[in-house]
Parts: sequence; C-alpha cells; structure tokens
Amino acid sequence: MTMAQTAGAARTFPQGEPIIQCQGVHKWYGEFHVLKNIDLSVAKGERIVICGPSGSGKSTMIRCLNRLEEHQKGSIIVDGIELTGNLKNIELVRREVGMVFQHFNLFPHLTVLENCTLAPIWVRKKPKAEAEEMAMRYLKRVRIAEQALKYPGQLSGGQQQRVAIARSLCMSPKVMLFDEPTSALDPEMVKEVLDVMIGLAEDGMTMLCVTHEMGFAKSVADRVIFMDRGEIVEQNTPNEFFNSPQSERTKLFLSQILNH
Amino acid sequence: MTDNVHTGNVHTGSIPDERPPANTVGPVAWLRNNLFNTWYNALLTILIAWLLFKAIPPLLDWLIFSANSFGTPPQVCRQEGGACWTFVSEKLRFVMFGTFPYDEQWRPLITIVIIIALVLASCDRRFWKPWLGLLWIAGLTAVGVLMWGGVLGLTYVENTLWGGLPLTLMLSVVGLSVAFPASVLLALGRRSQLPAIRVISVTYIELIRGVPLISLLFMASVMFPLFLPTGVNFDKLLRAQIAFIMFAAAYMAEAIRGGLQAIPKGQYEAADALGLNYWQAMGKIILPQALAISIPPLVNTFISFFKDTSLVIIIGLYDLLGTAKAALSDPAWRGFYREAYLFIGVIYWVFCYSMSKYSQKLERDLHRGHRR
Repeated sequence: MTMAQTAGAARTFPQGEPIIQCQGVHKWYGEFHVLKNIDLSVAKGERIVICGPSGSGKSTMIRCLNRLEEHQKGSIIVDGIELTGNLKNIELVRREVGMVFQHFNLFPHLTVLENCTLAPIWVRKKPKAEAEEMAMRYLKRVRIAEQALKYPGQLSGGQQQRVAIARSLCMSPKVMLFDEPTSALDPEMVKEVLDVMIGLAEDGMTMLCVTHEMGFAKSVADRVIFMDRGEIVEQNTPNEFFNSPQSERTKLFLSQILNH
Repeated sequence: MTDNVHTGNVHTGSIPDERPPANTVGPVAWLRNNLFNTWYNALLTILIAWLLFKAIPPLLDWLIFSANSFGTPPQVCRQEGGACWTFVSEKLRFVMFGTFPYDEQWRPLITIVIIIALVLASCDRRFWKPWLGLLWIAGLTAVGVLMWGGVLGLTYVENTLWGGLPLTLMLSVVGLSVAFPASVLLALGRRSQLPAIRVISVTYIELIRGVPLISLLFMASVMFPLFLPTGVNFDKLLRAQIAFIMFAAAYMAEAIRGGLQAIPKGQYEAADALGLNYWQAMGKIILPQALAISIPPLVNTFISFFKDTSLVIIIGLYDLLGTAKAALSDPAWRGFYREAYLFIGVIYWVFCYSMSKYSQKLERDLHRGHRR
C-alpha cells in the first residue's frame, strides 16, 4: 500500500484548475467495500484513462461522478457542486457531465435525431429548431448524419455508440465519462468509435474513460489510472505508466493484457 | 462508412434461384401440412368437418331461412319457429335507451354518437395533442347536458331513468379514461423510491384486487351510504362509476407495472445521466416504452371491463344487458331469449372486437422501426 502511494506521487496531478475533486470517497454494496479511499482530482481539459482488472471498481468510480451510484463516505465535487442527496444539485451536475455506456442505452422508441434533441429541449429548454440544428452538427461530427431519421435498432453497434456520443455532446457537457465504450462492440467497429473519441480529445474535451484499449491510452491520455480491488493503485503519464510501472500489481496487470 | 449491416439479402451467387418442388407449395401441400399431417389430425379434421356439417345448416336455417322478418307478430313467430327478428325491431329503442322518456330518446342517441366519435378521434395518433383533452371535456360536458337536461330548454331526466347502450358506454368510457391515468400513477407509485408512496400503492392495489367487483359494487350501493351523514345522498350511478374506476385502476396498474419492469435499467440510467428529472424520464423515456409493451394486457382489461359494466344490474341500474332482460319480461314477448341475447351479444362483440383490432394496429405502429 505504501509503495502504491509512493508510486502515485511520482508526479502530482492535475496541473490546472480542477473540475472534479474526490476526497476520501468510500462506497459499499451491502457488506462489500467497492471503493476505498479514492482521492482524485481532474483538471479541465485533462484526458484520463482508467484501467484495471474486472471488479476493481473503475466503473463504479466514474458512475459516482454523476451520481448514478451513491458514495457513502468522502466528498465529490463536480464543477463546483458537491454531490449529496440533493436532487436539484444532482440534476445540475448531470447536465454538465455526459456519459457513454458500454451498451449504448439509446432510446429505442425515438429516432436518432430525437435521441439527440430530447435532453437539450427538455433539460436545457432549447427551441426545437436550434436543438435539431445542433444535433445535426454533432451527428455530422460522428459521421452518422445520414442516419438521423432511423431508429437505433436499425443501426450497427458502432453506429449506435457514435450516436450515443453525439447525444451526450448535444448537452454541451464540460466533462465526458466513458464506461467501457468499446467493450460491447464487434472488433471491426471498435476503431470507428475510438476515432470519434480521439477527435474529441484533440478538441480539448475533459474525458474520463474506463477502457481496455491500451493503444488509445498511449496515444491520447494525459494520465493513466490503475485500479485494483477498489483502490487507485498507481497513476502516471502513459509513457511512465507503460514503460516503468511502479507497483507489482500494475506490472502483473500489464503483463497479462499486453503479452498475448 | 459501415453500412455493411443492412444491405439486404441480394443473391449474387453463381447458382440461380429455383422454384421449390411442386408438392411443397400450393393448396394440396397446404391441406397436407395443416389438416392431414398425421393420422390423428386427419381424424380430427374429419370429425370437425362432420360436426360443422351437422351444426351449421340448422343454425343458418333458424337465423335466416326460416326466420320471421321484421313485422311478423310474436304469435306467428311462436308457431312458425325460426328466429323472430320482430323482437329486435319492436324492442330496439327500449333495449338501446332503456326507460329514457320516449320522445326525448334522440338525446341518448346523440350521446352514443358523441362518445363513439370521441373514442374514434382518440384512436388516431395524429390527434394525440393537448387539444384532444379539451375535446374530451367538451364532449363529455355535452353528453352530461344531453342526458340530464334541465338547461337549454331540455327537460330534466333523472339518471335513474338512464339505461341501455349510453349507460354501458358512459360507464366504460368514463371509467376507463379516468382509471387509466390513475393506474399509471399507481404503477409508478408501486415502484417508487419513497417508502410511503410505495406502501400506499401496494396496499391499494392488493386490497382492491383482492375483492370481487360485485362486492365492491354492493359496497358502493349499500354500505357507502351508511358512512355518510343522514340527508347527504350520493348518486347511485356515480357510486357505481367510482367503484368501477377504483377496480379498473388496480388491475391496469399491475398490467403497466409488468411493462415498467421490462424496461432495461440502462434506459433509466441514460435518462438520468442526461439530467432529465423524474417526470421527464418517466414521461418521455420509460412510460412510452412500458405502455407499448403493456398493450396486450391493458386491452385485455379494457375488454373485460367493458363487459363487466353489465354487473351494475345487481344494484338496479339498467345497462345494455339489463334493458335486454327487461324487454324480455314484457308478457307479449316472453321467451325470445335467443334473439335478445344474440342481438346484444353482437353489439358487445362489435365493440370488443374493434378494441382488439385497434390495439393490434397500435402495437404494430408503435413497434415499427425500432424493433431489433
């Protein structure tokens, strides 16, 4: 444990104004201690990749950041608002934090365009025409504008995930959370989704991404966080992280995912 | 870029398509596959054909060939045998409108037209706009004015004189249209995070669902007045209507809960993550999907409640079935049960079958495009 902490302190993060601050966050599922003393600060424009073995709490951690999961101890402050039981505050945070899910979770009864305009119209109270114009802009950006009037069920997995990204972007979020966005995709569709995410990163979006795509981590991340058994074991720049991992657990994990 | 998924199945192989062998298509193949595919199915087919042969000619004979046309007096009918359709033409107005004053029966007739028109208008999805609600309020107000009268120069008609088809339609249409939104709230309440709301919803549903409708109607007509201070009189028809609404709401709530449970957790999470509040998430995301799934059980409830309105006869209200029975008690027309029940049976069937057909169309429309 001490060693892991030392490793994490190899470099101080973040370097800039923080938009997310977690301090001493703990979470339990019943008796099971899923998150243990998570300290995390994310700067504006930072791109973070979170990796770790399954069951290590990485999804749970990012789901706490928009309160899809409740934490029981510690504090989480997003965009200046502390996440507590206050529903109004939760809704305010969720407006500014976009989320992309492993299973896309598009609304099957709405067209692609309606999926994208729903929240801007009802949450941001935008006029319909303006919302549609913005939606088309983002759909173009994820290169799927020509499918705008189709239903999600008519699209492939990769196309659905790109729509899901556009849907989140339509809320003009300050932070984007990605929860294993490529894990449910057929191999040939992973690239089209990663390309969109790389484009986003290049435009300076603040991103937290739970993923096993180490190539993506190497090429776009500012910081890689390794989690195991509910703790942040190590965090570093991708270069340092992959070339000189500090803790034994990280080394073991990297050897398992990179050498096959 | 990735349109490879839905390009359709165009054969471009080197072997040309051929027609299937002759004995696997066409009427002979159909007969063999559906009626005579095993020896016991062949036996069943022959048996059923024989039964139909025995049953249908006498039925047609009674219904049409030996039937006495409109106008034949009942005495002649009795001698001749065969259906006596004079009963229907003679008793039509009584069966349809009950004891509503004879000269004023154009009023319940218009009521029927208004209610059916409202229902038909509501069937068209293009009309699902806020003004449809206003149309309903206007329509039902017109119905109230027509039935009660007492204003606009219409004579006042007490609602104990109401009966027949308008009563059946009003009880079921008003009942179901109030019970439906109530049932949505109950279903949501049963799945609420707030314990108090959940307990109230569960208690209500289980309590109401656990007693027979008849006992609820009896309670509404006999027991309820006991709890009221003397002098306060609650209208009997209204009490029956409320009993119906309470019962239908509990049943439909369970149908809708089934739909709610079928919606994947990811839909709730996606709605939450976009910042929609509870009512927006329910109204825009969850309920549209849940209700579409619940259509078959909901229509089942609708149909069964439409017919269950005939139970009001036990508390002395004369709906369509009640007036038919009352018409049979006329000494001159005693004994024409078959004609009477067949006639109202056809009316009930037309309404129920339309509901069923419409629901199938609605299901197809709502699932078009987005079914995987």
